[in-house]
Amino acid sequence: MSDIWTGLVAAFWLIVTGDADLVEITLRSLQVSLTALVIASAIALPFGTWLAIRRFRYRRTAIAVLNAFMGLPPVVVGLIVYMLLSRSGPFGVFGLLFTPTAMIIAQVIIVTPLIASITHQAMRELWAEYHDLLISLNTTPRQRIWTLIIDGRRALLTATLAGFGRAIGEVGAIMIVGGNIDHATRVLTTAIALETSKGDFALALGLGFILIALALGVNILIHTLSRTEREGRW
Amino acid sequence: MVTQVLPAEMRGALVRRRRKTLLGPVDLTLAGTGFTMVLGPNGAGKTTLLKALHGLERLSSGEVSWAVPDTQARLRQAYVFQSPIMLRRTVRANLEYPLQLVGVPKTERSGPIENWATKIGLKDALDRPAPRLSGGEKQKLALARALIRDPEILFLDEPCANLDGRSTREIEVLLQSAYRAGTRIVMATHDLGQARRLATDVLFLFDGKIHECGAAPECFDAPTTQEFKTFLEGGILE
Repeated sequence: MSDIWTGLVAAFWLIVTGDADLVEITLRSLQVSLTALVIASAIALPFGTWLAIRRFRYRRTAIAVLNAFMGLPPVVVGLIVYMLLSRSGPFGVFGLLFTPTAMIIAQVIIVTPLIASITHQAMRELWAEYHDLLISLNTTPRQRIWTLIIDGRRALLTATLAGFGRAIGEVGAIMIVGGNIDHATRVLTTAIALETSKGDFALALGLGFILIALALGVNILIHTLSRTEREGRW
Repeated sequence: MVTQVLPAEMRGALVRRRRKTLLGPVDLTLAGTGFTMVLGPNGAGKTTLLKALHGLERLSSGEVSWAVPDTQARLRQAYVFQSPIMLRRTVRANLEYPLQLVGVPKTERSGPIENWATKIGLKDALDRPAPRLSGGEKQKLALARALIRDPEILFLDEPCANLDGRSTREIEVLLQSAYRAGTRIVMATHDLGQARRLATDVLFLFDGKIHECGAAPECFDAPTTQEFKTFLEGGILE
């Protein structure tokens, strides 16, 4: 119990004193995860919606694979991205390994299936409701996807936030491809792993509380900005 | 009028689902003007016929042809569903949507939107969310949304099925003014009173087939088939 208390105190002092390292790590965490989230959303939201309205032969298989990819082990993703980006790998020439860009790539791969799958679930219901009308109004496939995305934005927000939760708390992949290098690729989760293995529980806990606060803060901020739970259900 | 999509012709149309024939075979010609009432008991194939004409229902065999190619014909048709489908947006956005789809510039949209909102009595409700309107208001909005692109032909599938007398009358007034403005109307109903009030032509469906087809007063006064006679007399067809 005293450890947790010490952690809280440590977290408090780290925040109050505006510890330079802490600020840097936190900002990098946000930068990596939010960038990954934006890219993943740009892929997954239209893709999940498209999957909901499009009938094709291997649709069931595609959805099953997508759902399975939701549980993709981050460590394995990290390993594969590592091998692709390493000097001897196919993309080695870009020199991306152990940079924030590599971490973003890994997180995009982890988060995209999750967002796409939740999007698909939500959009399937909305499509069932809109189907006849949109066909009757002679919409193009592009217009259909766009209409569903706009009118189903609340559900998509949930999908995006779930993606953010997975990205910001993820450690396995970014540890491998980022390397947890101080002042270069160290983020909150990798720092916590490091401090724990060093035995500095107070600092690790402090960082942990900041991570939780960050996740809460972003969620509340997005909900406030998009005014969910205010204008009724639609 | 841009192009004339009518007359439309349906030849040997047959709709089968799960080894059950829902409609047909049906041969039918829709002439350029008129207010056609599609009558018949539940399950007679009224909805299937309308959807097949509109292109929402895939035909198992046969075809529907319009005076112009399909892609052009589709733009000049509109359909009002039995239970109105509201976009989860404001009343204004619901009216704006069909215009937006065909690329009407933003500045030219507000005119028709205000005009139609006034006609359906929802001028003050333009910024209310459409899914929260009452049943009658929703159906009127759906009707206005269907008419806002000025279609040449309008299909309606029992638009007044769940509405009270007043809403029904308001919808009938809108339909009659659309008809007088030159819109071809094809409407399914099983309300005989409504059919007598509005129809210029009658089409009686039973068990997926057309049993009676002709000008309204004659058909009502002298039905030629036993089924239609029974239906008019209020008998139960099985």
